[in-house]
Amino acid sequence: MIRDIFQITFITGLIGATLRMATPIIFATLGEIITERAGVLNLGIEGIMLMGAMTGFIATITSGSLWFGILMAAGIGMILALLMAFLSVYLGLSQHVSGLGITLFSTGLAMFVYRLHFGSPTVPPTIKPFDPVAIPLLSKIPVIGPSFFNQYSLTYISWILIPLMALLLYKTNIGLKIRTVGENPFAADTVGVNVNLTRTLSLVAGGALMGVGGAFLTIVNGNMFLIDVVGGRGWVSIAMVIFGNWDPLKGALGALLFGFLDGLQLRLQGLGFNVPFHLFLLIPYLLTIIALIGVSRHATYPSALLKPYRREEKGG
Amino acid sequence: MEEKKPVVEMRSIRKVFLDVIANRDIDFSLYRGEVCSLLGENGAGKTTLMNVLFGYYALDGGEIYIKGEKVNLSSPKDAIDKGIGMIHQHFTLVPSQSVLENIIIGAAVEKGLFLDFKSAGERVVRLGEEFGLLINPDVKVWTLSVGEQQKVEILKALYRDVDILIMDEPTAVLAPKEIIELFKTLKALVKRGKSVVFISHKLNEVMEISDRIVVLRNGGVTAERKTSETNIRELANLMVGRDILEKLDRKNMIPGKPVLEIENLSVLNEKGLKAVKDLNLVVHKNEIVGVAGVSGNGQTELSESLFGIREPVSGVVKVNGKKVKKGNPAAAIDMGMGRIPEDRIETGLLMDLSVEENIILENHLKHGFQKYGLMNFNRIHEFSDKLIKDYKIKTAGSDIAAKSLSGGNLQKVILARELSGQPSVVIASQPTRGLDVGAMEYIHERLLEERDRGAGIMLISEDLDEVFTLSDRIVVMYEGEIIGEAGSGTASKEQIGLWMSGVKK
Repeated sequence: MIRDIFQITFITGLIGATLRMATPIIFATLGEIITERAGVLNLGIEGIMLMGAMTGFIATITSGSLWFGILMAAGIGMILALLMAFLSVYLGLSQHVSGLGITLFSTGLAMFVYRLHFGSPTVPPTIKPFDPVAIPLLSKIPVIGPSFFNQYSLTYISWILIPLMALLLYKTNIGLKIRTVGENPFAADTVGVNVNLTRTLSLVAGGALMGVGGAFLTIVNGNMFLIDVVGGRGWVSIAMVIFGNWDPLKGALGALLFGFLDGLQLRLQGLGFNVPFHLFLLIPYLLTIIALIGVSRHATYPSALLKPYRREEKGG
Repeated sequence: MEEKKPVVEMRSIRKVFLDVIANRDIDFSLYRGEVCSLLGENGAGKTTLMNVLFGYYALDGGEIYIKGEKVNLSSPKDAIDKGIGMIHQHFTLVPSQSVLENIIIGAAVEKGLFLDFKSAGERVVRLGEEFGLLINPDVKVWTLSVGEQQKVEILKALYRDVDILIMDEPTAVLAPKEIIELFKTLKALVKRGKSVVFISHKLNEVMEISDRIVVLRNGGVTAERKTSETNIRELANLMVGRDILEKLDRKNMIPGKPVLEIENLSVLNEKGLKAVKDLNLVVHKNEIVGVAGVSGNGQTELSESLFGIREPVSGVVKVNGKKVKKGNPAAAIDMGMGRIPEDRIETGLLMDLSVEENIILENHLKHGFQKYGLMNFNRIHEFSDKLIKDYKIKTAGSDIAAKSLSGGNLQKVILARELSGQPSVVIASQPTRGLDVGAMEYIHERLLEERDRGAGIMLISEDLDEVFTLSDRIVVMYEGEIIGEAGSGTASKEQIGLWMSGVKK
């Protein structure tokens, strides 16, 4: 049993699974990072991912196009993020309450729409998901090839998005605006940056990423929609934002760590240890908590996170 | 100067907040190449008037002309586009970002998709050389001193090519040496044809830096003077409407036994750096010890550790010869410490609770205020009503929320709570910051009464005049250490000023 762990196929499989399992977390974590960097905590993430998962699935089944499914998932994420922006940015309501409200709303809505469309079939409908794309030449390298370069297109895209997000935040004008709005909105306002608009756009961009992260679970690495398909990955992504100290590269590293643990527990389940499989399911979440305890003490939150911005209407 | 056309002309400006008229039909003009001071007490409407000019507040009435052209300023962006820059009292900087990022935000140069840090950095260095504002653009803002941060703010405005620079109480946070540097910069600015509005309530500074002074009181202009044709006494009268040169009835007292002893106290700040370093200080009975210093030199951490809300890393604090438990606010109260925190709204009071609840906050379990775990409100009313009378607290009642009180009255609530128990030690941290002259006088009198009663008082203040008026002995804090000490009779303001900027004897 233990010997199996050291076999090449096990390791190749594990690396492959790590990258696969990390993909939705990377999307959602990047989405939450851009949102929080602008000063908004989007606790709607879990619900947005679920709506992305559902919308992507139904859009694929009705249109027959997987990419159309991805597009619609991004779209629904943007719409829900707009709702979040309306509540928390423009009305200035509590970000906690607005976000949790969106998650509760989305959870109900996802099931409702699914039932409207499919009724309650005894066997859940399925689609034919994306196939892995082997990259020529690179995928032929032993160990690395099959594990790294025989992945889904969306996984490759997630890798490209990580440095892109870092470049956007640190090297572009819009990134500087996003960061300033999240740190000191008054400073941004006094130099003519539209604080609420910047926050809204960040939320919308983040929502699109969260939606795609959700769709990954139903039309890429999976072929059906279940109500618990997201399974707390939205919350994990929030933890990864803190773990990564609001940095895209470090956040993605956290996502990979979670993906690794998730992949590992799946594999351990398959090895036939004589313990309930729930214990294995627990592993990634448990270790996420432990990792967070270690890192989050040094976390430096964006200073204006959770604070709606209003021009002061009182003064000396 | 009268024949020249003004660069800014504000005509009958009116601004109303809810029911308070902050600006009532103010006329104000600014000319090219001058420093014009807006002088007035807190709440006189100086900052409001300038926030209107900066487009931050919408007008409720009146017209603004810039270089002869009527303008409609609906946001700071409009004002900046018209060449108006404003440096607020609370800096608008992001500490975690670099100087350069702070400067170019909203006015960035781009090269393709990306920010052009290189050419922007060169421009900042050039501006710095021209106006004597030398700051490395690549360092993070949190590493800079307050004076340097102000330079970043000025650079930020100059980077946007402003012709008109508004500075709101710019000297409040500076050491004497930094004030001299700032004035040099302001002079360099007007020499190059820019105009500066200098908001202040400090008479000597206004006399020193400005060409012209506009005095505001109660939201209206009371007078306008050329600096060369006025003097401090006249300005003081114009500003307050009466003679403000404070005369306190001050008895000579001989300090008694030590009541507060601080031995080798070290305290860390939020960043984990030592903010108070091995500090030793003794305060005696019947004595006021003034702790002077520019803000951010460890005063906050010192007072918080004495209050018991910040645990020191080492050292001993004794009250009446007995050690006080570290990091334990209840112990500090029980041993007879009266605590007046620097931030009355955040730390000192619970703004949503009533006046009486705030008054009994520290001893709600004593004096029969509670029985079987229930509050005895009759007793509390009685107690609070007496204190409200004794301390002349203006409030509609003892049961209304603290947030409806003015700053001076809020401070009196704190005084009532802290002093009613006849503490043997009083730590007063910035007790009159932001208060008007009347409230300030009252608090000064109360502190002197406490000293005469027999308390030992530690007065932490950035206001040198206050320190000189009240203290029997003055110490200066610089970078967490006491850098100098003098009896109030022998101390000179120049010497204290040198200590404040870190120059040892």
